[in-house]
Amino acid sequence: MKVLVAIKRAVDYNVKVRPNSDGSGVDLNNLKMSINPFCEIAVEEAVRLKEKGAVTEIIVVSLGPQKAQEQVRAALAMGADRGILIKIEETIEIEPLAIAKCLKIVCDEEKPDLVLMGKQSIDGDNNQTGQMLAALARYPQGTFASEVVIDNGSVFVTREIDGGLQTIKLALPAIVTTDLRLNVPRYASLPNIMKAKQKPIREITAEELGVDITSRVSIVSVSAPVGRPEGVKVGSVDELLDKLKNEAKVI
Amino acid sequence: MAILVIAEHDNRNLKTATLNAVAAAQVLGDSIDILVAGFGCKTVATETSRVPGIKRVRLADNKVYANQLAENVAPLIAEIAPEYSHVLMSSTTTGKNIIPRAAALIDVQSISDVITVEAEDIFRRPIYAGNIIATVKSNDVIKLMTIRTTAFNIAASEGGSAAVETLNSIHDFEKSEFIRNDLAISERPELTSAKIVISGGRGMGSSENFGLLEKIADKLGAAVGASRAAVDAGFVPNDMQVGQTGKIVAPELYIAVGISGAIQHLAGMKDSKVIVAINKDPDAPIFQVADYGLVADLFDVMPEIDGKLSEYTS
Ligand SMILES: Cc1cc2nc3c(=O)[nH]c(=O)nc-3n(C[C@H](O)[C@H](O)[C@H](O)COP(=O)(O)OP(=O)(O)OC[C@H]3O[C@@H](n4cnc5c(N)ncnc54)[C@H](O)[C@@H]3O)c2cc1C
Ligand SMILES: Nc1ncnc2c1ncn2[C@@H]1O[C@H](COP(=O)(O)O)[C@@H](O)[C@H]1O
Repeated sequence: MKVLVAIKRAVDYNVKVRPNSDGSGVDLNNLKMSINPFCEIAVEEAVRLKEKGAVTEIIVVSLGPQKAQEQVRAALAMGADRGILIKIEETIEIEPLAIAKCLKIVCDEEKPDLVLMGKQSIDGDNNQTGQMLAALARYPQGTFASEVVIDNGSVFVTREIDGGLQTIKLALPAIVTTDLRLNVPRYASLPNIMKAKQKPIREITAEELGVDITSRVSIVSVSAPVGRPEGVKVGSVDELLDKLKNEAKVI
Repeated sequence: MAILVIAEHDNRNLKTATLNAVAAAQVLGDSIDILVAGFGCKTVATETSRVPGIKRVRLADNKVYANQLAENVAPLIAEIAPEYSHVLMSSTTTGKNIIPRAAALIDVQSISDVITVEAEDIFRRPIYAGNIIATVKSNDVIKLMTIRTTAFNIAASEGGSAAVETLNSIHDFEKSEFIRNDLAISERPELTSAKIVISGGRGMGSSENFGLLEKIADKLGAAVGASRAAVDAGFVPNDMQVGQTGKIVAPELYIAVGISGAIQHLAGMKDSKVIVAINKDPDAPIFQVADYGLVADLFDVMPEIDGKLSEYTS
């Protein structure tokens, strides 16, 4: 069984970003970049399935600038077998629909049995690409997965939904998007980081795939959210309850 | 042009989140239809028809829509979307699951988590865990979007009498099958619509200790939430997680107990009207967003709050 994992290069989750000075975009200069955390969980899940013997090959794919090769290498060091980097210019913000169209072409070529993706990229907070790829590739979708069990041509996915958990059964090939509790990603060992340097990464461009990546939704401006007025420290439970009752009037 | 709102329901009752999406639709225009896709859900259609200002309720009642699987509902939305300028659904896990799939089917770029409608084609939405607010302009002919419920009021639910019209299209993708739901049952108000939320973090130490919060919650009619660390540690189930990747809440009062205030947690609660933080570490970042901070050991002060609350609420 072949698994395709789509990963995104994104600002590290510990970094607090700010708008740039003219409010036209987000200032990403010199910030630490990582694999989007949900994508890392997707890679980990693929590697675990391979270790269990359910999967024979793991391909990672990323759309991004040349530098996204670092994230593809990091995924190879975690245990993926080969990489595909679909290059776009660093200044271009590519949207979920265009990304899904590129990934659809990769799916047509590679014919994976399972596609693992993150539920959400923590920069754009879209939560769309997996669902869109599923529509375009005509795959069933299991979003927000906290458990994935492969069973005889199907995959059982436990989904984290608003009211609790939902289990669905999908015929393969299918798309699964990961939630945080699916697993805890491993750190790559030094020998595996060395080995990853020898693993192949195919590089192509979005134009070569023939996908129109023009944005449909343009950013007019960005701003910092309105800050909250400074609060106070209270010295006792009585002071707190008094303020909640008489000042804030919320109890 | 007309606007379509997709109803969220459990085949028996309409989910309140739908009414937040209706409120967003009302900012856009006054010709609003609501799609109710489900199975044995005529009562939902009737309930929906009473929402004031709705032109018609479009009811697709068939077993293929019983569990609102995205594979079946998305093509139904895609089929009728060309009759509308905007298609809205609340930004719940159901909305997030369905809307992007429908958008890709009709080749439009949907917009997630809309917090304000600036113009017919201009919207604002948070990105980077709410650290940035983006103003975006959609160039698509049909605009599909999910609505952040905490950013819009709940539209009125009684007084209207819209016509209910049946849709007979059946879309059965066949490759996905609903197995079961394991839903948390709680007597407390729902996290996303409660007026008061009390959340516990890793500092709570155990599942039993959440009882300290529950006692107070019951006295205040509050919902109980949690940080991801508390969920990961197994103190409470996942549906209680507040944050960037959990639930977004904006109650009148949010009380964070033993929560440090990571950006991912703040993303889910910093639009609350009044924030109280209780933490033994005076430098915890949660104090930066708190209106009232109490530096104390929660195991001392939570029982004290519980004991004294009645003096202040009566
Ligand atoms: C991609 C991604 C998404 C995430 N999404 C979310 C999300 O949606 N929601 C979320 O919450 N987190 C999320 N996180 C996790 C987040 O980064 C933090 O790790 C998490 O919020 C920390 O939870 P916490 O504050 O309970 O724990 P900690 O950071 O460990 O803080 C515990 C706090 O309790 C205090 N404390 C301990 N004992 C006591 C006591 N006896 N009395 C008083 N105070 C005490 C401590 O001083 C400390 O401040 C996400 C992380 C990633 C990478
Ligand atoms: N540029 C990209 N390259 C590869 N995969 C991506 C890219 N952008 C998004 N994805 C995948 O889609 C998921 C959801 O992203 P989003 O829809 O942007 O929230 C991510 O976790 C990735 O798995």
